[in-house]
Amino acid sequence: MNVATHDLNGSVVVVLGGEVDLQHSPRLRKVLMELMALRRAVVVDMAAVAYIDSSGIASLVEAYQTARRQAGRFTLAAVSAPAMRVLRLARLDQVFAIADSVEAAAALV
Amino acid sequence: MTPLDRRFPARPERLCDIRRAVAAAAATLGCADAVVGDVVLAVDEACQNIIRHAYHGEDGDIIVRIDGEGGDLVVQLVDFAPPVDVARLCPRPLDELRPGGLGIHFIRTVMDRVEFPPPPAGAGNLLRMVKHIGGPS
Repeated sequence: MNVATHDLNGSVVVVLGGEVDLQHSPRLRKVLMELMALRRAVVVDMAAVAYIDSSGIASLVEAYQTARRQAGRFTLAAVSAPAMRVLRLARLDQVFAIADSVEAAAALV
Repeated sequence: MTPLDRRFPARPERLCDIRRAVAAAAATLGCADAVVGDVVLAVDEACQNIIRHAYHGEDGDIIVRIDGEGGDLVVQLVDFAPPVDVARLCPRPLDELRPGGLGIHFIRTVMDRVEFPPPPAGAGNLLRMVKHIGGPS
């Protein structure tokens, strides 16, 4: 799993890639929850996610719920086909804010 | 035909190896990419449950076996942890938004049959999952 962050138009873009599984998802959770503690608007760029399991999805759900409690923004962007398949299995494609591109997600903020 | 019959340490850092081995075995049996992806997800989620809820993070092994039976792919996962109460392995309602508890839902959704037959002598638990292979990839 690769995770890197950069700023874009006032949001923090979390660029997520590779395989997000039980071994690596705690690191994703830590990155996301630190950003939530800073009350930053977050866009997760999921274009390069080759695989995500329920533990990775759980990290996204926890960050989303925290953002919602804080009236903050948490958006998924450019979701890869394998990741979208798993989001749909969990019916979370109807819960998360999902944008076609990182730029579109950042513009929503 | 048994394209995979291998013992893995029940550790999160070995899930990647398990996924690779399962994907190769499913492809050997002629599964299309989408079916391979479903089987990999189901095995990964089941192995996570074994690591977390059967072994509770302690050392142990998982035997991953994949067979072709007629037009079906059959996965068998054997662990050596204390027997788990399978009646408690229920998927949670999806309209209840919370971080955990999705693994069993994924397994039951992507596989055609999920069963817990009696484990072989000396083993703790046996999970048997069946997926119809479908047409050639």
